[in-house]
Amino acid sequence: MFSKSTHDIAASFSRRGVLAATAGLVLGLASLTGAKAADDTIKVGVLHSLSGTMAISETTLKDTILFLIDEQNKKGGVLGKKLEAVVVDPASNWPLFAEKARELITKDKVSVVFGCWTSVSRKSVLPVFKELNNILFYPVQYEGEESERNVFYTGAAPNQQAIPAVDYLMKEEKVKRWVLAGTDYVYPRTTNKILEAYLKSKGVAQEDIMINYTPFGHSDWQTIVADIKKFGSAGKKTAVVSTINGDANVPFYKELGNQGIKAKDIPVVAFSVGEEELAGIDTKPLVGHLAAWNYFESIKTKDGSNEKFIKDWQAYTKNPKRVTNDPMEAHVIGFNMWVKAVEKVKSTDPDKVIDALPGIEAPNLTGGVSKMLPNHHITKPVFIGEIKANGQFDVVWKTPGLVAGDAWSKELEGSKDLIGDWVGKKCGNFNTKTNKCLGSGS
Amino acid sequence: MPAHLSARLCSLALSLFLIAFALPAFAGPFEDAVAKFANDDFSDTEEAIGVVAGSGNPLAFPIISALQDGRLMADPDSKKVYVTGADGKSIDAATGAAVASVPDSASAVRLNNRLRRSVDAALGGLTLQSPDVGTRLQAAQSVFKSHEETALEAVDAALAKETSRSVKTALGEARAAILLFKSDATEVEKLEAVATLKARGDQDALALLTGMGDQPASVTKAAASAIGSIQSSLAVWSMVQNAWYGLSLGSVLLLAAIGLAITFGVMGVINMAHGEMVMIGAYTTFVVQEVIRTRYPGLFDYSLLIAVPLAFLVAGAIGVLIERSIIRFLYGRPLETLLATWGLSLVLQQAVRTMFGPTNREVGNPSWMSGAFELGQITITYNRLWILVFTLAVFMILLAMLRYTALGLEMRAVTQNRRMAASMGIATSRVDALTFGLGSGIAGIAGVALSQIDNVSPNLGQSYIIDSFMVVVFGGVGNLWGTLVGAFTLGIANKFLEPVAGAVLGKIAILVLIILFIQKRPRGLFALKGRAVEA
Repeated sequence: MFSKSTHDIAASFSRRGVLAATAGLVLGLASLTGAKAADDTIKVGVLHSLSGTMAISETTLKDTILFLIDEQNKKGGVLGKKLEAVVVDPASNWPLFAEKARELITKDKVSVVFGCWTSVSRKSVLPVFKELNNILFYPVQYEGEESERNVFYTGAAPNQQAIPAVDYLMKEEKVKRWVLAGTDYVYPRTTNKILEAYLKSKGVAQEDIMINYTPFGHSDWQTIVADIKKFGSAGKKTAVVSTINGDANVPFYKELGNQGIKAKDIPVVAFSVGEEELAGIDTKPLVGHLAAWNYFESIKTKDGSNEKFIKDWQAYTKNPKRVTNDPMEAHVIGFNMWVKAVEKVKSTDPDKVIDALPGIEAPNLTGGVSKMLPNHHITKPVFIGEIKANGQFDVVWKTPGLVAGDAWSKELEGSKDLIGDWVGKKCGNFNTKTNKCLGSGS
Repeated sequence: MPAHLSARLCSLALSLFLIAFALPAFAGPFEDAVAKFANDDFSDTEEAIGVVAGSGNPLAFPIISALQDGRLMADPDSKKVYVTGADGKSIDAATGAAVASVPDSASAVRLNNRLRRSVDAALGGLTLQSPDVGTRLQAAQSVFKSHEETALEAVDAALAKETSRSVKTALGEARAAILLFKSDATEVEKLEAVATLKARGDQDALALLTGMGDQPASVTKAAASAIGSIQSSLAVWSMVQNAWYGLSLGSVLLLAAIGLAITFGVMGVINMAHGEMVMIGAYTTFVVQEVIRTRYPGLFDYSLLIAVPLAFLVAGAIGVLIERSIIRFLYGRPLETLLATWGLSLVLQQAVRTMFGPTNREVGNPSWMSGAFELGQITITYNRLWILVFTLAVFMILLAMLRYTALGLEMRAVTQNRRMAASMGIATSRVDALTFGLGSGIAGIAGVALSQIDNVSPNLGQSYIIDSFMVVVFGGVGNLWGTLVGAFTLGIANKFLEPVAGAVLGKIAILVLIILFIQKRPRGLFALKGRAVEA
């Protein structure tokens, strides 16, 4: 059927078929474009995928920002102006993130953007934010090794999630053998590199570390789960450190449950699985598997701040079962920090706000107060939670205080001397040994 | 657990530990230990488990099993601990006295993984002589896993009384595991233990033998030879395992591709919306399960059986609609068909996203599709097994339909020579619509099965569309048997490559192989011959 000549195809190209096809395309895209805006408002860009493989995680973050803007406007807005959200859909398509970011800044003239989930999407928009000098709040735990003037990282750096989780497993579960399983992209690869270096520095031998990568959306986990089982039967306590992202987690956990790998035999500690992801799984076989985050919905606070947030959120979404999760909390902290900084300098000018943000403090939802650091990361508590049968987490361990986020990992040869300091040194990658700023060239 | 059964278990536990225990009225180590459950501290709980399990107190079993099930309630204020039963009756854990109600301030004693292991080990020791064979087997297996020296006496006592052969074997293995790690066991005992584990021959035995630490030279030597023989037998099993995984992956590929083999293979329509038909089938399953959950919870195990015909009808009807409204205008124009169906796939995805939300929907596994069984040294999960059976059944039914029914005959006639068929009095456009509906309906059925192993999300179809085209093109367009062979070949090749190359590289390698193969044989494995090719 491909034997038709190109001439025929070209000739028939303009007929009804194209009409039908474009009509389909237009219909598909029409529902995604945002609204136009009035002039006396402050515009806030929301850059989260509402379709594609990351929609499962990112849609909630879009709703979170809309919720926060709604709450802020009820309090009278910022600087006497109402906030207005401009929502775009980069559709889990990494280059499209850059395009949509440019559109937000140049066309919609937003003052700040809240967005991105995967590190590839963040890397894709970085040049745009630098070039057009705007602000991005990035709410997801990530691999570190970055400190940019225009980006504020409200999610966890590796030392605020991965390293404490590994410490917990070593100390509490006496784990001697490690499977580092991840999705094949920059966050899992860098995190696993850091973890590998860290484990080796703790005396773990190379043969006791197994590293495995799978594509986005991987669904056939039989071989890998069987491999994990085999790796775990070498007479040493084994654990899986999972940086598997997105909805590939669901079939992974299903396969673990079906093949009878219980948490008490081989625990899995995940860095990207929260309440939202568990909502699509039967969690009974998963009881006891772990997750490391800076926030859990189940955490009880003395001042009731978490309880109040959950109640307001469920009222706003009109869904009494809607869960909350860690990246949402990061957006809450980031949003409140931005509001405070804008009110401090009485302007939404990105340069002024960027300079004002370090040192700003905002309460987190677990009863503490987080602070923006000169390296554009924030201080956070670290919690280890075990999955319960109802899809929530039971906190089994937490750090005594807040942990300051390291932009550059102390475990890696190439970055252990680097620091980010946008207050004193005005540099994102300052080498403390040579006393030099590496600049954007590195 | 029924009250009389737990009472019997308690008395057995009592006879097992012939230690005098304090009467409940006295405050002794047992009561102190029970009170520790109320501290909400994991190390205190662990200590309490050890003391309670070793106390010989008849309350030990109800307390520990309640702890396992989350029925052990502790009041942090009064430091009182209660065992609540499934029947709603509660007792004071320290005294065994019935209490009217558990105070509201009490909450279930929390466990972490380390404690779950201690609980398992403790329960294993306490239930080795349970009257129920299944419980005894489980107890022996948990003693095997924890292999703590303290359980040796209990194992020996149980072994002397055991009548069931399988439990006896399990107890023997548990005994071997304990002796292997017991520092003062004799060399003879240890050699026997190694032999027992060698006979068991699975990964758990291998784990014990490799992790046993310093041993007398003769034992080390025997263990090394046991390890070698277990490893070589496991290597053979791992080949069997790869082949099984390959069959299973092949069945998923076949199931996803079989509808496309009709719409693309037989009709020649490049149907990019095929994946969305699969997705619609999966969402039909979700809706069926939701209705069952809210109205007829007893029917849950039949939800898939109900969903299969419904998914066929829903996806089939949508297929007929698409054919009548779009595709029939585009026959013979592949490029426009491709664009139109791709646009359509976006519309369908967005429609589902608007109706059901962007997040994944939970489709539960009925009990007969959960869990796994052991076949030799490999684990076969029921969901994969049923999907393989189901796929082959769908394939056979489809084949029979095409061969033996009037509609099948008309379909073949129309697709092989449309004008001739029309002159013979076949209503070709009706047959086109029905054929496309059949292909879509089968895709819908595939969705029911795939909802059991994958995410039910608006993107479900996208992850299968490329694989489906790959299978159909590789197998040979227009040939159902080609699709079958193609799917299983790709599945098995993929699973044998994956352990060597990893999931990412394995997939790339398969794609490269297909590209090379298509260069050599552009019409796939089973090329159609004769006049049909030119049509």
